[in-house]
Order: sequence, then structure tokens, then C-alpha cells
Amino acid sequence: MWSWETARDGLPAVLQGFGLTLTATALGSVLALLLGLAVALLLRARTRWITLPVAAATGFIRSTPLLVQLFAVWVLVPGGDALTLGTAVLGVHYAAYTAQVYRAGIDSVPRGQWEACVALSLPRRRVWRAVVIPQAVRNVLPSLGNYVISMFKETPYLAVIAVPEMVHRANEYGSTHFAYLEAYTTAAVVFLLASCPTALLMRRLEKRLAH
Amino acid sequence: MNEFFDEFVRAAPRVADGLWTTVLATVLGAAAALAVAFALGLPAGSPKRSVRAPARLAVEFLRGTSLYVQLFWLFFALPVLGFRLEPLACGVLALGLNFGAYGAEVVRGAVSAVPPTQSEAAVALGMGRWLRLRRVVLPQAAVLMIPPFGNLLIQLLKATPLLSLITVSDLTFQLDQLRSATGDTATAYLTLLLMYFALAALLSSGMNLLESAAAARLGRRPEGGEA
Repeated sequence: MWSWETARDGLPAVLQGFGLTLTATALGSVLALLLGLAVALLLRARTRWITLPVAAATGFIRSTPLLVQLFAVWVLVPGGDALTLGTAVLGVHYAAYTAQVYRAGIDSVPRGQWEACVALSLPRRRVWRAVVIPQAVRNVLPSLGNYVISMFKETPYLAVIAVPEMVHRANEYGSTHFAYLEAYTTAAVVFLLASCPTALLMRRLEKRLAH
Repeated sequence: MNEFFDEFVRAAPRVADGLWTTVLATVLGAAAALAVAFALGLPAGSPKRSVRAPARLAVEFLRGTSLYVQLFWLFFALPVLGFRLEPLACGVLALGLNFGAYGAEVVRGAVSAVPPTQSEAAVALGMGRWLRLRRVVLPQAAVLMIPPFGNLLIQLLKATPLLSLITVSDLTFQLDQLRSATGDTATAYLTLLLMYFALAALLSSGMNLLESAAAARLGRRPEGGEA
């Protein structure tokens, strides 16, 4: 049955893993946000030799399970550090989603903006950097935020390749102290405490951007 | 590589078992999620606070705690409290609750997107609340729900390999066995990924068919191309 003492004793171990959970989320998000933008821009390339393979690769990544991707990369890349590999897989997996989001954001920038840039004869690079991307990103910030939150909730997948993140720690503590109930409940509560305020923040941001 | 495919053919019945388990987990998980989505999504859009608040709380709780943790909680922690579920049942329950909570948002959004005049017209015709919901609001909302439900269904399929971690012998589990038997990691995982890719493609084309059929039934799009 539930014991507050066991839960309290297990808390430090779980929280220690939480640091790694946050690190993986942060690094994975940066990778997903940057790589996703790069992929979205590549998908606008003028030659099909670029767009076709990129579209096929992202489609494949999006419709296959993260867990299997993690297993595959983990055993196929020898000598890699688990945290680095895991974070990279997480980042690339989500980049395939954020690319879709960016693409929609770019499409939502009004035509008039492009036409104005042509009229001002701005160089192509400047058009993207100063006009299109800032507006596109602003439009899709809420969706990007949602992907960051869901990545946060999928970092426990890294436990399967022995990254000692929160759930890995909880499992360790649970099995050595016969305290699965306390360990997993603590992990669930920490997830809830971290993701609810973030979701509220996102909702507020969404409302502010809408006006 | 040849060795892997020889072994793959020899182990075909086991692979088929694994495939069946994956399909079963996906279908049962999706059915559970659909039930949860309506059970939580309809009250979550209610104008009455006393009806809305508990549903919203449940949705936030289920979405906020990570499927992985929920699954492991059901498998490892629930037995401590005296309830032991079969591993597959644990998986279906976790998938149903987690994806159901995401689906609840879809249901709520779709119902609120049906123009209020439709409800008002039904009230004017003297329809009761349930009849109104069943005959006027839901048929229109359902069409809006199909595309996001399709996305959730693919996500659910992609979450099923988690079940192999709680001893369910699904597709991932069986192919992992083949991998250790043959030592051909690259081919084994590539085959596995391709199988999931095919399953996802099958599901999404099914959902596309469903979407156009539902839209046609409402008369939104002409059937057979007459415009």
C-alpha cells in the first residue's frame, strides 16, 4: 500500500532524473525547431531532386514509431553516448512534425507581403529572413509549443536506451525498494506539475497572438 | 541479410501473431479512446461549470502525465493496490485513457464548431436535448472530427510498441526476437519500420475514405464528381 515515507525517500532519485529529462527536452526542442525550419525551407526548393527525398524522409519518420527508431539508432550507431543519441533521435523525430507546422506558417503569410518584397526588389535571402520567417514563426508559435510539450512527455522513451532520466530512475528505485506505486506516482505527479503550467502559459500566449 | 529473410520466413507464424497483437492493441485502444473522447469531450464543452470542471480536470490530468508513465503505473503500481491486469489490457487501458483525453479536445472543438443556429432551429422544432445532439449536432460535428481522429489513430499505432516493454508480444517484440536470433540488426529494424509504415499508410487511406464518405452523406461534396 501507499507509504508517504517511501515516496519521500524516493523523491531525490526521481528529481535527479528530472534534470536529465529537462536537458533532453531542451536540446531535443532546439534541434527540432531549427532542423524543422531547415526542412520546411528545403521543401520549398525549386527542384524535385531536393523536395522529393526530403518529403519522403519526413513522411517515413512521421509514420514510424519513435521507440523503434530509438532502438534502431541505438544498436546501429556503435559507441554513441546514450543521451546524445537519444536526444538526436527525439529532435529529428519532432523536426519531421515541426517542418509541417512551419510549412503551414509560411503558406499563411499573405501574398501581398511577397509582392511588396518583389516591388522593393529585396534580395531573396533578405525576404525570408526579414519578412517571411518572422511572420510565419509568429503564426505557428502555439503549435510549436504543443510539440515541445509532447516531446517533454515522450522523453521517458529514452529510458529504454538506458538514459537515466526520470522514469528510468523511478523504475530503478521501484525495483530496488519494492516501491513501484510510490516511485511511478511521484514521476506522474512531477510530469503533471511541469506540463500543466506550461500548457496554461501556451494558452495565454495563443490568446495574445490571436488579438 | 539472406539469413534474416530465411529466418523471417521460418518464423512467419510468430511474426503474424505479433502483427495480430499490434493490430488488436491498436483497434481496442482506439475503441477505448473513442469512448473516453466522447465521455469527456461532451461534458468538457458544457456551459454548466459543475459539468465542465470535472471533465476538464480529467482531460488535463490524462494529457499531462505522459503515456509512458501511465502505462508503467498500470503495469507496476496498480498490482500493489491489489488490481492486476493482463499486460494487453493494461496497454489498451493506457492507450484508451491517454489518447481519449486528446480526442476529448477534438470532440469539444468539433461540437463547438457546429453553428449555434443549428441547435436553435432544433430547439424551435421542439427537439429534446438528446435528440438534438444525436440528430443535428453530432452528425455535423462528426465530419469535422474525422481528420484529427485520423491523426490520433496513427499516433496511437505508433505508441503500441511501448507495449512490448510490458511483456506484450507485439510486432516489435517478435522482430526484436528475430534480430537477436540472426544478429542482423539493420535488416530486422528496417523491416520493422517498413511494416509500421505500411500499417500507418493503410490506416490513413482508410480514414481518407471515411472522411469523403461522411462528407458525401452530409451532401457537402458531390458523390461521383458532378459539380
